[in-house]
Amino acid sequence: MGEKILMKGAEVLGESAIKAGCRLFFGYPITPQNEAPSYMAKRLPEVGGVFVQAESEVAAINMLYGAAASGHRVMTSSSSPGISLMQEGISYIAGAQLPVVLVNVMRGGPGLGNIGPAQGDYFQSVKPGGNGDYHLITLAPMNLQEQIDLIYDAFELADEYRNPAMVLTDGLLGQIMEAVEFHREKDLSSLPAKPWATTGINHRKKNLISSFDLDYDRLEAINHQIQDKYRIVKEKEVRYESYFADDAEVILVAYGTTGRICKAVVDILRSEKYSVGLLRPISLWPFPEKILQQLAQKSTTKGFLVVELSAGQMVEDVKISVNGVKPIHFHGRMGGNVPSPKEIIDIIKTIQWEGK
Amino acid sequence: MSPELKQIFKPSPILTPIQRSFCPGCTHGVIHRLVAECLEELQLAEKTVLVIPVGCATLAVDYFELDTIQSAHGRAPAVATGVKRSNPDLFVVTYQGDGDLASIGTAEIVHAANRGEKITTIFVNNGIYGMTGGQMAPTTLIGWKTETSPYGREASREGNPIRISEMLSQLNGPAYIARTAVNSPKAVLGTKRAIKKAFTAQMKGLGFSLVEILSTCPTNWGFSPVQSLKRIDEETIPYYPLGEFKAVEGL
Repeated sequence: MGEKILMKGAEVLGESAIKAGCRLFFGYPITPQNEAPSYMAKRLPEVGGVFVQAESEVAAINMLYGAAASGHRVMTSSSSPGISLMQEGISYIAGAQLPVVLVNVMRGGPGLGNIGPAQGDYFQSVKPGGNGDYHLITLAPMNLQEQIDLIYDAFELADEYRNPAMVLTDGLLGQIMEAVEFHREKDLSSLPAKPWATTGINHRKKNLISSFDLDYDRLEAINHQIQDKYRIVKEKEVRYESYFADDAEVILVAYGTTGRICKAVVDILRSEKYSVGLLRPISLWPFPEKILQQLAQKSTTKGFLVVELSAGQMVEDVKISVNGVKPIHFHGRMGGNVPSPKEIIDIIKTIQWEGK
Repeated sequence: MSPELKQIFKPSPILTPIQRSFCPGCTHGVIHRLVAECLEELQLAEKTVLVIPVGCATLAVDYFELDTIQSAHGRAPAVATGVKRSNPDLFVVTYQGDGDLASIGTAEIVHAANRGEKITTIFVNNGIYGMTGGQMAPTTLIGWKTETSPYGREASREGNPIRISEMLSQLNGPAYIARTAVNSPKAVLGTKRAIKKAFTAQMKGLGFSLVEILSTCPTNWGFSPVQSLKRIDEETIPYYPLGEFKAVEGL
């Protein structure tokens, strides 16, 4: 701790989880995140933890369900098609209100797609992908240091709200190496108490972990309780980085890898005296709606350009937030492609910002 | 109570004293009682986690005074793996029907068994989907008419009924696998002996254990409760022979 070390993104995921007090990892091989389970298979036994390679992502997510039900911090990582397979289990986990941490190292889709970086699982993560009314607390890092911080925070938030938390990253952040620092380590004796966990009845009242209730009114009441919880999350847990957005005429909106590229775009264009800024959502759910509303209301703001590695998913939430007050443009790349700063700069310069 | 009277039968303290929602003649109730008796006699209840599946057996979330997890269809062995691996001191039992275990959950049961997870599965096989209204299961016998095999199951069209106990006993992971029935007092006692043995296998840490219990579904079979019990002897047992398929040394 306290010193910079060079690590690969997927391995950072594993060590961050261990630093956050996670001692259980269940996963299934899929590129481009294989270094995460490999790291955990080697590292967890060193700290008294358990790694199990599940027979499928379907089994892995249900192993998480069992471990979380028993009161333990637990994580899995996967990539897009694997996360698709987990959706049933994620819905059960959200319904039973269990804290787990999920990592999606997004790759090109749909279907088998390819192993290049992508952001096509935004909908699947924030809307979300399984049945019923629930949300994943979804955090999106733009570099490996932030990945460390967000994995740690994901465990804290999951426990605090008894809700699954997703760290949404991509094939680029999974595969690059960067100098990182682990500056926080959870004291295992300070992990939160979980009196609701199934640990054997042991002379107390029975604990039941379930998303099931045949009674309509009772199930509706549970849903209301979950929605009340979500209102608190939306109130308290919104995260974003505003980078020269306050007085900018053109505001870029991008997260994760594209957020990082857009930050470089802002630096380049600011040096050329263009009035450009970036609003980078860090929590994708809860989405930073209010700041976008405020930025849209500013007289200096001429419009927004949303950049994603998708055909346009987050842009829908930007549109809901801005609500027609200012024009919104979109640029997306797919298939594992990542836009260069120049590509984005050319688009910014092409758009008629004074048009409306 | 007068001194000459001795209480020889009482409700199990592990079973919640509320009315059951099972159909008349259903054998889930008998099997619940046997599971509860074995847990009580082996003094396991305080540290037991029961993993409940999807199907008629889901109703059991309210029936046991045990810490209980309701899991997704077929996934109980994976959930149980998560419980046991995270807390090896717990005693972990899954209770699954044949649609759950032998159809949608085949991957999970095969791999939990193959890894030798130290859990016990109570597998209730009545050869049909009960909760959804009488559809064909992988365990439905040839010729049986169901909602989705209205002309009778044919091997050439739907394949042959799957024998789970025989299949799993080929693996190295299981410590104990047996098939029993509950259609007569003698069979009930045999089932209790098998459950106790399966529980002992887990207590001793010997590996995975499973008891397949041949059960009835009077409602969806369209048989009376008494006819249903007879059908077990006449049709079910000839295809699904009773017995121990695996019992490792030390058990």
